[in-house]
Amino acid sequence: MSSPALAINFAYIISAALFIFGLKMLSSPATARRGNLLSAVGMLLAIVVTLFSQGLDYKWILLGIVIGSAIGLVAAYKVEMTSMPEMVALFNGFGGISSLLLAWGEYHQHPELSVFIGIVASLSAFIGGITFSGSMIAFGKLSEKIPSKAIIFSGQHIINAAILIAAILSTVFFAVNPQNLYWVFVVIVIIALVFGVTSVIPIGGADMPVVISLLNSYSGLAACAAGFVIGNNILIVAGALVGASGIILTKIMCKAMNRSLANVLFSGFGATVQAKGDGPQGEIRPATAEDVYYILEAADSVVFVPGYGLAVAQAQHVTRELGDLLEKNGTEVMYAIHPVAGRMPGHMNVLLAEANVPYDQLVEMDDINPKMDSIDVCVVIGANDVVNPAAINDESSSIYGMPIIETHRAKTVIVLKRSMNPGFAGIQNALFFAENARMYFGDAKASIQALVAEFKSGD
Amino acid sequence: MEAVFLTFVFVLTIFLGFELISKVPSTLHTPLMSGSNAISGITLIGALASVKTDSLVFTVILGTLAVIFATINVVGGYAVTNRMLEMFKKKDEGGAK
Repeated sequence: MSSPALAINFAYIISAALFIFGLKMLSSPATARRGNLLSAVGMLLAIVVTLFSQGLDYKWILLGIVIGSAIGLVAAYKVEMTSMPEMVALFNGFGGISSLLLAWGEYHQHPELSVFIGIVASLSAFIGGITFSGSMIAFGKLSEKIPSKAIIFSGQHIINAAILIAAILSTVFFAVNPQNLYWVFVVIVIIALVFGVTSVIPIGGADMPVVISLLNSYSGLAACAAGFVIGNNILIVAGALVGASGIILTKIMCKAMNRSLANVLFSGFGATVQAKGDGPQGEIRPATAEDVYYILEAADSVVFVPGYGLAVAQAQHVTRELGDLLEKNGTEVMYAIHPVAGRMPGHMNVLLAEANVPYDQLVEMDDINPKMDSIDVCVVIGANDVVNPAAINDESSSIYGMPIIETHRAKTVIVLKRSMNPGFAGIQNALFFAENARMYFGDAKASIQALVAEFKSGD
Repeated sequence: MEAVFLTFVFVLTIFLGFELISKVPSTLHTPLMSGSNAISGITLIGALASVKTDSLVFTVILGTLAVIFATINVVGGYAVTNRMLEMFKKKDEGGAK
């Protein structure tokens, strides 16, 4: 290794250390921001030293960096916090496609690959391609540009299995003799792009937290494979960190839904709605804003349980306003967040943080459930399946066994809902018919605004 | 031999990643995703190095496209993560405006 190349590689070690420290500091909200900056410094260092490599064509590099930075910055500062899931999906996809392009470029430049490099080059293109097209579909579903429900087509498993086998065969075929098989490489790219679409399209909207986590993992692994292609450690280290992160998040999300990864990916959950009349029935007890106001006004402890409906209604700010008014009234206020509430891991936390809810008021499911019996009022905002007691006490339910926030054990539950439509799992919620439940129908934001108005006029 | 060495690094990093990430609280899962997403834009390093004055034209085209996408990923990812983390405040830090 020549001495400039050696210096560059030493700088990469520092970058890798900064990435690791950055991730470590993400373990607490107090240090997280500095951690992110540290990680960004690591990236900047890696980029700057790379620019000292010999023989680079700076005009194209400059063009690429200027265009990329402009798009990235505008997107990062324009995006609404409620749209964060689709934003992350989009960025994931871009990471994937750049790994694909990098592997392709390397192969185009040096077609005389060894068998090992041939394999990792096709892996990089394959994973990168899936990440890209899969993320685009996820983006489309999350931003409702395409229907977010699971789209099932006949023979889906057979088609996906066939595609996968074709991909493996092509990779082997390609790796044995990469030099003369340019067309096979292109076929691998095409297969990857198709597979990304066919594997994500059957997955429904509420399973998106799993899909995004998995795609996040893929984008890291694609970078990793690209690192093997060009023999660069920093790509391997950074890619593996991201890959590991995505895998852990995927595992947490699956556990929070009590389903296996295979079940999420292949079952098309939520595509079939159960026959009407199925599930619990009973009398519901609707409440008006005034009723709810009196209940909240008299409560000593109130726990808000937000779900995707809060994001849809953009109700995070009014919710915090109501929370503040309750606190002023001497009520203890907490926000209980289910791990899969929303469309990506931690989605609700970000929305509430945006609305200035201090993070020490956000409690996790496992911390709130043991205290549930002593809570006066639970206010469920746009959440459904994650508070359905059937998960605990109805063995025939499709969500049986899923951990839930046990709001039904609170003294009173107020459910804010637009209508009686069942949730994503397509099953009716026994909570709505419970003795201690009151239904407060309407748009979440308007409903909470009405409560805020009641409080203000009550003073 | 190099392949073994690179795989060695890969395997150890995966374990390190598992250790690091399992300590991140669920409150920070969204910033974790967007932040790690920015890190996966590390392909930018490889993309930069592939755009050389003596590269074939098509390689330069692919490389420049890779630079664009990876830069969006890196710059956008870090910026949006920073924007999110700015909002996470403790109560005594003046949570309410």
